[in-house]
Amino acid sequence: MAGDSDHIVADTAARIFADLADPQTINRANDSGWKAPLWRALEEAGLTLAWVPEDLGGSGASLGEGFAIIGAAGRYAVSVPLAETMLAGWLLARAGISSPAGAMSIAPARLHERIRIEGSRLRGQAVVPFAPETQHIAVLADTQVALVATKSCRVGKGRNLAGESAPVVDFPEAEALQVGAISISPEQFLLMGAAVRAMQTAGALQTILSMSVAYANERIAFERKIGKFQAVQQNLARLAGEAAAALAAAGSAADALAAHASNEAIFLEVASAKIRCAEAAAEASAIAHQVFGAIGFTQEHILHRFTLRMLGWRDDFGNESWWAAELGHRVARRGADEFWPLVASR
Amino acid sequence: MSGLQFDQIRLPPECETLRAEVRAFLAEEIAAGAFDPHRPGHGDSHNRAFSKRVGAKGWIGMTWPKKYGGRDRSFLERYVVTEEFRVANAPVRLHFVADRQSGPILLKYAPEHVKMDILPRICRGELCFVIGMSEPGSGSDLFAAKAKATKVDGGWRLDGTKIWTSNAHIADYMLGLFRTSPPTKENRRHGLTQFLVDMKAPGITVNPIIQLTGQHDFNEVVFDGLFIPGDYALGEIDGAWKQATSELAYERSGPERFLETFYVMLELIRAIGPDPDIRSAEGLGRLVAQLHTLRRMSVSVAGMLQAGKEPVAEGSIVKDVGTVWEQKLPHRVRELTAFLSPEIGNRATLEEQLAFAVTVAPKLTIQGGTTEILRGIIARELGLR
Repeated sequence: MAGDSDHIVADTAARIFADLADPQTINRANDSGWKAPLWRALEEAGLTLAWVPEDLGGSGASLGEGFAIIGAAGRYAVSVPLAETMLAGWLLARAGISSPAGAMSIAPARLHERIRIEGSRLRGQAVVPFAPETQHIAVLADTQVALVATKSCRVGKGRNLAGESAPVVDFPEAEALQVGAISISPEQFLLMGAAVRAMQTAGALQTILSMSVAYANERIAFERKIGKFQAVQQNLARLAGEAAAALAAAGSAADALAAHASNEAIFLEVASAKIRCAEAAAEASAIAHQVFGAIGFTQEHILHRFTLRMLGWRDDFGNESWWAAELGHRVARRGADEFWPLVASR
Repeated sequence: MSGLQFDQIRLPPECETLRAEVRAFLAEEIAAGAFDPHRPGHGDSHNRAFSKRVGAKGWIGMTWPKKYGGRDRSFLERYVVTEEFRVANAPVRLHFVADRQSGPILLKYAPEHVKMDILPRICRGELCFVIGMSEPGSGSDLFAAKAKATKVDGGWRLDGTKIWTSNAHIADYMLGLFRTSPPTKENRRHGLTQFLVDMKAPGITVNPIIQLTGQHDFNEVVFDGLFIPGDYALGEIDGAWKQATSELAYERSGPERFLETFYVMLELIRAIGPDPDIRSAEGLGRLVAQLHTLRRMSVSVAGMLQAGKEPVAEGSIVKDVGTVWEQKLPHRVRELTAFLSPEIGNRATLEEQLAFAVTVAPKLTIQGGTTEILRGIIARELGLR
């Protein structure tokens, strides 16, 4: 259950985003000069290393508090590697490795990417979100975690759907600064990553819903506010349904992780959140763009900052089709008689 | 609006104790042949003896005060009972309307002696309630109702017709909406009053209407000078429109709003077996995610209501998303089992259940408030109307 401290931390994060990451201001900016002051504020507030215990250099926030920060970041479609740094810090801490200052990212963020460690040398390739904007990358390789300096890797040029840097990073013989054995399974990392992306999506959907409603209450067509047309109202009600499903599913998954529920429960919760949030992202972005019409299809408008990001997040840490097949296989293996007890246990 | 909210409500331990009791009870009932959980739509969906046994367990009106026969239990405990009965396809029709909506309205608006007379009998599983809202000329537009109540000495006289009245042929009482005054220019919702109607009183004719499934739930109920006592008027005369309360959110957001065709999902799991191909596995996985999410939304609304909050938009969203989902579910299961071997073990049950679910599906987004009406309510909560 969300505690009061979750709200306090989330409020701090939201205040920083409102001051330094206003989507409208950022969208109008000609350069990325806004990024440095935002990052400084996030670091000073201890948000970037929220999931790192104090003795490893972090602020030692709870999982629940961290997810509240991630949700707030989603509501502002924050385009700095905050979620990635938090995840990297969390992963490093699982191996007892202290987190360095500055921005980090993680690898692998995609299924089927495999990075190997031999001694202290890394080998392999992975798409690394925000890699050029980070100083370090936390790399998971089987049962080990390595901390590497980004500059010791070969960083390509790729971008995600939203135009954020997401290049393929080559680790040819990159030298790890530190390596440690992890206390978790690779699946647990995947689950954390998926829950983070779900939470960001749920956050983005809340903003998309409120923006769309506000616009429908302003825009006049046929001498009426378009929100007065039943056809538009029905679409916005559907959008609210999708935003609601995403919020409930992501919140539930975060709660299950924070409460250290059983492995089986966490798998159901996180897989469901990743699947349902991805489905909601597709449905809701279509509806929101429909409401805004041509205006929302421009670079100038901020809608794409939310819709394109959440559509892109679907592909990180397992897309919804993969999670659905995994979840389906598990449910099928348990058999029909064990299905309702599983659902009802949550 | 200030944004959607779904508190992370987990059912407390007492709910799980209760769940075990409910499952044991249902298993005994099934073993004794009271109903067949695998054949929804066959046999009676109402069963007086069964409802009385449920009442004896204390599971009807269980959230109401003890002095009216209730058990003072929480809405989350009621949630568990409702979902377990629904998943087992138990025949709850006789008592469910009274338990879910008629009882709470009586609790709030009926005079004390009426409450003392009726509520304990509901709790014992003895009474079947029906809802009298739709008329031949008005359905979703409740406030167009014409059936009228005329003031007479000592009470009211009812004349007119209600229609689509599920269970009227077996009902003991109706909670009906009747016109006591014409609407005003300023407020077209004015002029309707809610009445408790004794269905066994003279002056009522119940005409059956058979549904496309061949089942008989619907009826046309004709009132011809039926007299009802003055204390059977509930709440403010002419002011029924003000009486839409938080109970509506319970009515909209319960587990029965997405579990109505759940049985085909179990048959899907049986059909595809323990090692399904990727198409079946992915299809099942998506359905599992959607169902789990709906249930988490629904439990959250129940918990927020229990905590005294008013999640009006969230409750309506559960019914909108939930009924659309349960309506599509049998079609989805049909697609996912299309390429399976004709030899699969549960083929006959699967086909029988699919046939029933596909036939029933259209009504799920109509009953208790159509999708269009619900979305209108959601739009109003969003601040669009």
